[in-house]
Amino acid sequence: MSVQTPNGFQLDTSGRRIVVDPVTRIEGHMRCEVNLDENNVIRNAVSTGTMWRGLEVILRGRDPRDAWAFTERICGVCTGTHALTSVRAVEDALGIQIPENANSIRNIMQLTLQAHDHLVHFYHLHALDWVDVVSALKADPKATSALAQSISDWPLSSPGYFRDVQNRVKRFVESGQLGPFMNGYWGNPAYKLPPEANLMAVTHYLEALDFQKEIVKIHTIYGGKNPHPNWLVGGVPCAINIHDTGAVGAVNMERLNLVSSIIDRTIEFIDKVYIPDLLAIASFYKDWTYGGGLSSQALLSYGDIPDRANDDSAENQMLPRGAIVNGNLNEIHDVDLRDPEQIQEFVAHSWFSYQDESKGLHPWDGVTEPNFVLGPNTKGSNTRIEEIDEAAKYSWIKAPRWHGHAMEVGPLARWVIGYAKGIPEFKEPVEKVLTDLQLPVEALFSTLGRTAARGLEGSWAAHKMRYFQDKLMTNLKNGDSSTANIEKWEPRTWPKEARGVGTTEAPRGALGHWIVIKEGKIENYQAVVPTTWNGSPRDPAGNIGAFEAALLNTPVAVADQPLEILRTLHSFDPCLACSTHVMSPDGEELTRVKVR
Amino acid sequence: MSEAPSDPNVLLLGIGNVLWADEGFGVRVVEALAGRYRFGPNVRLLDGGTQGIYLVDHIRWAEVLVVFDAIDYGLPPGTLKLVEDDEVPRFMGAKKMSLHQTGFQEVLALADLLGDYPRHLLLIGVQPVELDDFGGSLRPEIKARIEPAIAAALDYLGRFGVHWDRVEDTPDMHQDMPHPSLHLDRYEADRPSPEVACRIGDPRVLARRAVG
Repeated sequence: MSVQTPNGFQLDTSGRRIVVDPVTRIEGHMRCEVNLDENNVIRNAVSTGTMWRGLEVILRGRDPRDAWAFTERICGVCTGTHALTSVRAVEDALGIQIPENANSIRNIMQLTLQAHDHLVHFYHLHALDWVDVVSALKADPKATSALAQSISDWPLSSPGYFRDVQNRVKRFVESGQLGPFMNGYWGNPAYKLPPEANLMAVTHYLEALDFQKEIVKIHTIYGGKNPHPNWLVGGVPCAINIHDTGAVGAVNMERLNLVSSIIDRTIEFIDKVYIPDLLAIASFYKDWTYGGGLSSQALLSYGDIPDRANDDSAENQMLPRGAIVNGNLNEIHDVDLRDPEQIQEFVAHSWFSYQDESKGLHPWDGVTEPNFVLGPNTKGSNTRIEEIDEAAKYSWIKAPRWHGHAMEVGPLARWVIGYAKGIPEFKEPVEKVLTDLQLPVEALFSTLGRTAARGLEGSWAAHKMRYFQDKLMTNLKNGDSSTANIEKWEPRTWPKEARGVGTTEAPRGALGHWIVIKEGKIENYQAVVPTTWNGSPRDPAGNIGAFEAALLNTPVAVADQPLEILRTLHSFDPCLACSTHVMSPDGEELTRVKVR
Repeated sequence: MSEAPSDPNVLLLGIGNVLWADEGFGVRVVEALAGRYRFGPNVRLLDGGTQGIYLVDHIRWAEVLVVFDAIDYGLPPGTLKLVEDDEVPRFMGAKKMSLHQTGFQEVLALADLLGDYPRHLLLIGVQPVELDDFGGSLRPEIKARIEPAIAAALDYLGRFGVHWDRVEDTPDMHQDMPHPSLHLDRYEADRPSPEVACRIGDPRVLARRAVG
């Protein structure tokens, strides 16, 4: 039986059901169920966030100036980006202006996170969906060296080097240890790379793992520590004195030079290792065009990386703001996060209650009232669901909509919006990738397009770190060393009641925090995180979200090896930690894949 | 056990989520250690939170690693259990209490893959009483395990000839601890009462429900 969703997708639940729980190599807990037709093609997809973490409950009644420190703890990945969103929400509510240096340092912190997150995502969370480790062990190191030297002048490329790495990985795999290479679907026919490309990618997996520690030193310098860097309402908690020479105290020239050198090395690593690898891998998967989902239809970005401080206009955001609906790239809509008609969250299929669940609520009026009930067609029990009933409530994730549209957020959304706006620094790299791979523009709207956009953005972010570091240095040398504005630090200077919104473009997409402050305390706090957009369940009208849409019509080579499902879900870099709490601790360490 | 290295690099690592009642145990132990003990430069204390890959570099540096965490051992709540060396990864992945444990097992594997696995590894875990209290703190039974956990860690460090001094409570001296707004005392004192900030859901909806 087939039904059409209002946003144009055919769903058919008649075929065999496959359950993947938990989806691995993501942050947080997520479950996915699909129906396959007789040709093993996905015809229905159901994505369930299996945790709720009650951020709203935790923050109510707390001091707004501390909110960032709490929000930083809700996720194991995007700590800083939540903190930045939170201080922006409080500053917006209280009308606090920040110094230019604080804007530059915040941007460097955020761009550092983008570059780091994209690199780590590509090699450590996503590459093994495309790269077969077991095949890499059979590769000829000489052929690997020839391949590596043909695509990049990165110096670590000799046959001996690749042979050493191959032996190291071989020993690790043969020792049978628990680790990143356990439980892979090695040998699955959906893997298309020749052995030498596999070995090159596995080698760079290790190099990236070693290199990523350098990137985050920038967080330690400007944020005081890492993990959990420090933030401040009104600026950054980081004094700068370019004449200071001590090892402790203010950030001095020696520290600033270290940041500068890390930025140079980050640019080099991304442009000479990550991007060439990405293009080389993509060239073997040009025929695998699946996973586009909503990306050719409905895309959303709040914009981020303000060039100048305290200017929220769309023109001032270096990552573009805008919305595309109905697949019309010729019209980029404005986005207003304060407009009660634009962003609304629905809970008809989420484990929460509203008084009227046919309607959505703007986050300032947001309600978070847990209500865990399963539909009548659920198979299994409350604590061990065998098959979810998606006609009823089925996820701990709410369903946010923009003017009623389900939207995709993330690097692909940002890059398509930048491309459609004709901004050269987005349009030109996209065109170059398409030309190099001899692909039409439609190829962007796919799993691989999402993965490619993330890579281009990693490079973009690294180069923009250089821009803001230079801007900071110029300002400092001109005698402006101000990093914080504490005029409105004391609650007695605040209005009795205030509301604000803070946004960022987190590595995985649009992130918003909405705050209501009353008599100096937090009255309401709602976060709409990127994975709420992408992983949303259905809304009362029946529109499906980005994860579900992206899985549809994908053929699965081996039904009990959900490699293609993971490939597409991972391309979103899902992060479900922010929304969530373990519903029932499950004792299983391996992913269960059930075919019925 | 292989021979103890002299003057080894020691990492005392607390992991878990402080916002989640007993899940905060590991972090609270290192916070207490940081406030009352001084070690030499080769001993580091770290609030690891629920971080994953960010911790790999810290692990690689350590020759002796002590991890404090809330673990679902399937034992009575409040039980403190010590696990050493090769047994540790198994316990950090077998029954996951929250996000970070699968993550931490992987962090250990990644350090190993890079050829820098700690030579000596001790997990000091407690069986939690309560996790379902968002924004809540440690339950009294779990808080009472902080001192025994510290004693167990110091006893272990004694094997490696590590020295320390007891000092007055100075929470601000260690940079790698939770921000002051999350420090145990303030975290507990500043928590609004359930009447002010409902802990089980949204007061507006609950109020509507109460009146029908």
